[in-house]
Amino acid sequence: MKHLLSIDDLDRASLTALLDLSEQFVAVNQREIPKVPALRGKVVASLFYEESTRTRLSFETAAKRLSCDVMTFSVAQSSVKKGESLRDTVQTIAAMGIDAVVVRHPAAGAPYRIADWIDGSVVNAGDGRHAHPTQALLDALTLRRRREIAGLHVAIVGDVRHSRVARSNVKALHLLGADVTLVGPPTLLPESLEGWPVQVSHELDDVVSEVDVVMLLRMQFERQQEGLFPTLREYTARYGLTEARAERLKPDALVMHPGPMNRGVEVAAEVADGRASLVTEQVTNGVAVRMAVLYSLLGSGAPVA
Amino acid sequence: MPSSPRSQFVIKGGQVVDASGSRRADVRVRDGMIVDVAADMTTSEDEATVDASGCVVSPGLVDLHVHLREPGDEEAETVETGTRAAARGGFTAVVAMPNTRPPLDDAAVVSSVLAAGAATGLCEVVSSGCITVGRDGRELAPMGELHALGVRIFTDDGACVAHAGMMRRALEYAASLPGAIVAEHAEDDTLAAGGHMHEGAWSSRLGIPGRPSVAETVIVARDIELCAVTGTPVHFLHCSAAGTVDLVRAAKARGLPVTAEVAPHHFTLTDACCEGFDPAFKVHPPLRTDADIAALRVGLADGTIDAIATDHAPHTPESKEHPFEEAPPGMLGLETALALTLTELVEPGIVDLADALALLSWKPAAIAGLEHQGCDVAPGAVANLAVIDPAMAWQVDARRLASRARNTPFAGRTLTGKVRHTIFRGELVVVDGEATK
Repeated sequence: MKHLLSIDDLDRASLTALLDLSEQFVAVNQREIPKVPALRGKVVASLFYEESTRTRLSFETAAKRLSCDVMTFSVAQSSVKKGESLRDTVQTIAAMGIDAVVVRHPAAGAPYRIADWIDGSVVNAGDGRHAHPTQALLDALTLRRRREIAGLHVAIVGDVRHSRVARSNVKALHLLGADVTLVGPPTLLPESLEGWPVQVSHELDDVVSEVDVVMLLRMQFERQQEGLFPTLREYTARYGLTEARAERLKPDALVMHPGPMNRGVEVAAEVADGRASLVTEQVTNGVAVRMAVLYSLLGSGAPVA
Repeated sequence: MPSSPRSQFVIKGGQVVDASGSRRADVRVRDGMIVDVAADMTTSEDEATVDASGCVVSPGLVDLHVHLREPGDEEAETVETGTRAAARGGFTAVVAMPNTRPPLDDAAVVSSVLAAGAATGLCEVVSSGCITVGRDGRELAPMGELHALGVRIFTDDGACVAHAGMMRRALEYAASLPGAIVAEHAEDDTLAAGGHMHEGAWSSRLGIPGRPSVAETVIVARDIELCAVTGTPVHFLHCSAAGTVDLVRAAKARGLPVTAEVAPHHFTLTDACCEGFDPAFKVHPPLRTDADIAALRVGLADGTIDAIATDHAPHTPESKEHPFEEAPPGMLGLETALALTLTELVEPGIVDLADALALLSWKPAAIAGLEHQGCDVAPGAVANLAVIDPAMAWQVDARRLASRARNTPFAGRTLTGKVRHTIFRGELVVVDGEATK
């Protein structure tokens, strides 16, 4: 594997292998000194065209724990306004000598274009509404550490239409044998679901007592201005995981959220901090998963020390 | 190659195809005119001959929809490079679209484009004119002044006339200008804005915001009703959606003066092409689905669609070196349109050769009101001709296009049918596929 651009790059075996490798890095991260020399001398550039403190820090932490040198580029949109093409920008960075680029971009497919233009590996850290493969991997790892994923019924709730997290999770969960139900109003679901291995529900109440996992998506407030739903109050009433609704969950059901959360909107604070919530574990596992991804792309293939 | 002056020659050994039919005939051209058309013509010693054996001799092709980018974006295309591409594509007339910088909403700008076209002498450059000032849909452009310069096609192409009331006024006003037609870029911005590809299975999968088919059909339906109220001819540019074909067919059945064009990319490529995020496949209106292609092909075959027009839209390589959502829409078309028509419509038997040439030549010439284009190949006509080898297979090489830009979505594709010679006003401007100037 040269790049990780989408979950489409993986099959069930390679996805499972990545999760197995991630487990080794979970163990590394629990050591007193959570650092290995596996990628010493490798240079990883993080190229973020969109603000994301969490994902950027997670990747940079992962790279540093593998002993990579990390170069951070915060590319303001101004370089676009100055007329420099994406190709010029990334080729300039590549010319400094790098082994991998971690890219976050507001436009779908940007990492694909970059992969065509440079010699190094490209890791997609989120591109527009398209894909966020490491989020799906860390979600899968987090779930797998609690439950066997095959046969689980997972509800992905909220703004699926605009969500790269949802697109990647649908693919990863399907590969691993889970059943996925998308929950949201038609205006927040993709215009077409042709070819998607999912069920659809327009009422969270209809599925909340049947599912094993509830994955909540962040609600961007500007969607209300775009006329995609009437009010936040109505959104929460129909699709929020309120305390009352959470009481209807199965006893062993799990709650996930990719963050950052709007407490009180898509998830009640008490539920986010409650027994069923995996939110903190998701963040912790994110570093291990990203270590596994970088190690798979740049490593010698030797076992982790 | 003719050895004597280019002004006098005989096109020998071809099959003449025009609106009046098809026959084996040689064509003598002298001083810009066709002077004789007869089988097995004898030529004098000093008379040059142009070999057309195995070829079709057609009235020159007419493209209703070309972005020449001058003035304002000359790094992508100029009138000179665009008309050279046109000539290589067999076109002897092109209609220049108005979304230049400044736009063609002013007599001085239109005059400059017409002058630049006349100076190249590679094909006839016909200027469109804006419907509204700045193409922003608020005030009528000086349509009468532009009409006096010869403008007959009024359009805000690149932008739809968003406001139904403004479109009505434009149609009413245009009724006072003989021969004027109003051409619509039919995409409702409130439905399409922010979108970058056809809204459907692929856009949903790829996470690229979509431009739905209904953005086109609501405007087509609206404008057909405005056409019915005003009686002014309405032409629909680059029709892309199956529903549009149905609406136009029904409007024609009502006897309304409605015409429609389709671009080759819309009857050959689908939204699946966007899978790799390559902005070469980004265009407005967007590439749609197999069902849309099928409907467009039916419309081309049954006469609902009147013309094939390229929407030739050059963009510099660097402007396309962005992510799909950030790259400008548009693709080259002049040098591939004929071959795509022959390969994708004639070869599979959807239209016959004469109907294909009608769509590419005499029918668009009639829509644009061009007196000397698309005429029958007969003595007394201005010699605007394309000599086409319908059997020649060739591979599209973006680097070898005459256009200044390289943004063809057909690079690497093998097509059948190529323009061998183009004759513009009696002058050989393309010989054996290469421009002579």
